[in-house]
Amino acid sequence: MSKLVLNGLVRKFGEVTAVDDINLELAEGEFVSLLGPSGCGKTTTLRMIAGFINPTQGSIEMDGRVLSSPGGVVPPERRQMSMIFQSYAIWPNMTVAENVGFGLKLRKLSGDEVRRRTGEILEIVQMGHLAARYPAELSGGQQQRVALARAIVVKPAVLLLDEPLSNLDANLREEMRFEIRRLHDEFRITTVYVTHDQAEAMVTSDRIAVMNQGRIEQVDDPFTLYTKPRTRFVAGFIGRTNFLLAKRDGDAVRFEGFAIPAHLFEDGLAGTGGNLQFSVRPQSLHLHRAAPAAGRGRHAIEGRVVERAFLGEFWDYLVTPKDSRLRLRISAPPLAVYKVDEPVWVEFEPSQMAVID
Amino acid sequence: MRMTPPDSAGTTTIVPRVETRPDGATTWMRSFEPAMLLWLLLIAILAFLVLSPMLRLVFASFEDRVTGAFTLANYAEAYGRPRYVQALFNSLALGASVAVIATLFAVPIAWAISRTDMPAKGFIRMVVLGAFIMPPYLGAVAWMLLAGPNSGWLNRIWIGLTGAETGLFNIYSFTGLAFVIAVYSYPYIFVFTNAALDLVSSEMEDAANILGAGTWRTTLNITLPLVFPAILGGIIVVFLEAISLFGTPALLALPARFNVVTTQLWQFFEFPVKVETAAAYSMPLLFITIGLFGLQKLILARKGFVALTGKGGERRLIRLGPWRWVMFAYCMFIGALSVFGPVIVLAQAAFARAWGRGFSWANLTLRNFEYLLFEHDSARQSIVNSFTYAGATAFIAIGLALCIAYIVNRRLVPWGGVLAFMCMAPFVIPGIVLAIGFYAAYAPPPLALSGTATIMILAFATRFLPIAYANSAAGIRSINPEMEEAVRILGGGRLLAIRRVVAPLLKKSLVGGWILVFIPATRELSAAIFLAGPHNRVMSVLLYDLSEEGNFEVLSAFGGLLLVATLIVVAIGFRAIGRDFMLRGN
Repeated sequence: MSKLVLNGLVRKFGEVTAVDDINLELAEGEFVSLLGPSGCGKTTTLRMIAGFINPTQGSIEMDGRVLSSPGGVVPPERRQMSMIFQSYAIWPNMTVAENVGFGLKLRKLSGDEVRRRTGEILEIVQMGHLAARYPAELSGGQQQRVALARAIVVKPAVLLLDEPLSNLDANLREEMRFEIRRLHDEFRITTVYVTHDQAEAMVTSDRIAVMNQGRIEQVDDPFTLYTKPRTRFVAGFIGRTNFLLAKRDGDAVRFEGFAIPAHLFEDGLAGTGGNLQFSVRPQSLHLHRAAPAAGRGRHAIEGRVVERAFLGEFWDYLVTPKDSRLRLRISAPPLAVYKVDEPVWVEFEPSQMAVID
Repeated sequence: MRMTPPDSAGTTTIVPRVETRPDGATTWMRSFEPAMLLWLLLIAILAFLVLSPMLRLVFASFEDRVTGAFTLANYAEAYGRPRYVQALFNSLALGASVAVIATLFAVPIAWAISRTDMPAKGFIRMVVLGAFIMPPYLGAVAWMLLAGPNSGWLNRIWIGLTGAETGLFNIYSFTGLAFVIAVYSYPYIFVFTNAALDLVSSEMEDAANILGAGTWRTTLNITLPLVFPAILGGIIVVFLEAISLFGTPALLALPARFNVVTTQLWQFFEFPVKVETAAAYSMPLLFITIGLFGLQKLILARKGFVALTGKGGERRLIRLGPWRWVMFAYCMFIGALSVFGPVIVLAQAAFARAWGRGFSWANLTLRNFEYLLFEHDSARQSIVNSFTYAGATAFIAIGLALCIAYIVNRRLVPWGGVLAFMCMAPFVIPGIVLAIGFYAAYAPPPLALSGTATIMILAFATRFLPIAYANSAAGIRSINPEMEEAVRILGGGRLLAIRRVVAPLLKKSLVGGWILVFIPATRELSAAIFLAGPHNRVMSVLLYDLSEEGNFEVLSAFGGLLLVATLIVVAIGFRAIGRDFMLRGN
């Protein structure tokens, strides 16, 4: 059963449409990220779910009950949600324990119960020894943990996170990604996570909704999103990629200067025709010194290295196919060393080439 | 990387959607009407405090005193006599003279404190603060004792030293008036200049030094031009202060038989009260103030010319060598003119049987204080009045400013900018003009507030609303709205968020704002003198009345009480919000 449903959500600010017809359903316990560049409407969407912003059109439902619609909204304090803010919003006038216990007190729990649950959750986020401190005495990462504890301890119906890691330094950010995922695995709270960082979204999420200009371009699990992007925007936003234009001609898919047989592609590219656009990941292209053996569903062409850069974990090559002005970006392992101008064979894996709109 | 089984991802289950449209007002908050009501309420309050007195002032200037019909006669009367017009020019000349003298006082001190290794800087800062705290009319009283013709201390010393027939100084003159006003208004230029100099990086000066310019040349050609816009900003404030001041001209210009705009306005209020003429006559003062504040804003907004953007960069102090003592002596000289000398002669007179008899044990008495505190019919009451009115003023101004700053900053209502603008508008209205507006609007029936405590408190609250608003808005801005949203999403309402999070975080800046309104409200004269009735005079008004009786000993004793009262409040401010809080840029 769907926990949270966004139905044709639209939000306009004056003439500007910040959120444009968002449809999304979250299952109970699911972790979904809204991923996109700044200004894509992801934070506005999240704040509509929280009830801080009213929708211009469409509705938000939780457990089958309408929370938001243009006719009126349930105010944030009645939504049984909790939220982690970009600034953490830890109240500086309260200690760590008071911050975390605040929501529990609002739920009219007994003092003992508040203390017990506060203590428990602080142990879980490894902040038990700092319960009596004031936020000004904490580091950024510790404040982040307090924010997490404060949001989770009330066992919210839905947990909302608004770019919670953007104020942390790189190492801490990586650590906290896994922390957030760990807490989700432990508590299974239905979660909406807003971020512009694809790695963050991929580590934490069950599914990712990629947003652009107020719309959702694609919603899928991280693996599908990476291997089978459906739009040019998604392919370009998640990871690096090569965009290749092609024309369907019988069994041949003709690119500039070379062709790949259509039957090598998934379903033989059934249902397509005319002009096609592909997203080809640099990792799905392989370099060889001699022509590789045919078969295994792959297809090799001749080319020449035009640029290279060594990035430690991999080589980044730019290769131009023979009789073509295309420049293919190819990732190769550190030991696969080719010189600039060296003739090479480029092997395509049609099963990993995604047709995009 | 984690992978998710595809079946858990695609939630295509059809949800039985229960179209619950709860219509109870508890769940469905229609945010529009309450916010609109709040906006209307606040607009109404601001219209009462700001808009209505100002409109009334303008209308009154075009109304016939008896019939209320449209007329230009008030303007004809206000500008019809040469001496009225002369007063106008006197004010402009006064403003310009004060600006020049105050600049000569302020800029060297600001430069020495900010850029050089002059000794005892902390002490000099305190002296400047002292000049700032001293009510200007009290300073004027002190200078009557110091430089009154022949009998003033300085003149007696001069006569004693040279055997001259007459004294050297006459404070009852245009020069004397300009000098005394400058002595108590130069801190404005100091504040602006000092803040700007603190932001000029030493690298600017190093760049000139490396090209061969010496210290003096660098200072004159590089440093001072860089902060010139800030100095100009301060000069404008001083000019406006000088032309809108009432107390000092009333004490010094009237005996010298010349008028400035403010004293002329006061004479229009002598029986029979000619409010309409006063309204017409106050228009130049109002428009000059509005125009110059607009100009100041333009000057200070022109970045690029000023190297005030970004951080200050590294600053090294200029080593003055023996000149540091010269600078120190200059600062102490200004201190002597503004604080030491005046305080000494005031104290002497306050404890003297007759101040002219000088410093001797036989001349010492507490009689003046005894008289004021136990025998005078209204001195004690005026002290109580000053404090209660100032307290009420501060509560009203801060309360109103805080409400408006909150709803404007959190965008709870549309058109919040209008509210903010109206809060800041009194900043460009001289106190004396505001008082005439209040008198014109609320002295006649139906409200008939003439001479009541209410009209004084409301006028004070309006006058100091901009201070309160600037402070409240800064306080509110410093609180991230997410702090409140965190309360709300956890289940607390907006009021709980305000009570548990906003209020505790604002406490410090609220106390600061309260004190910053309270201090000027305890010493306000130019609005009070027009609005106070015989039974609710405040200390400043009573001091002015005492000065007309010519009893300098009692006058000084009362001035001492006023000064002590002010110092107590300032000391509380120090404790609550830290040293220097009054000298920070406004």
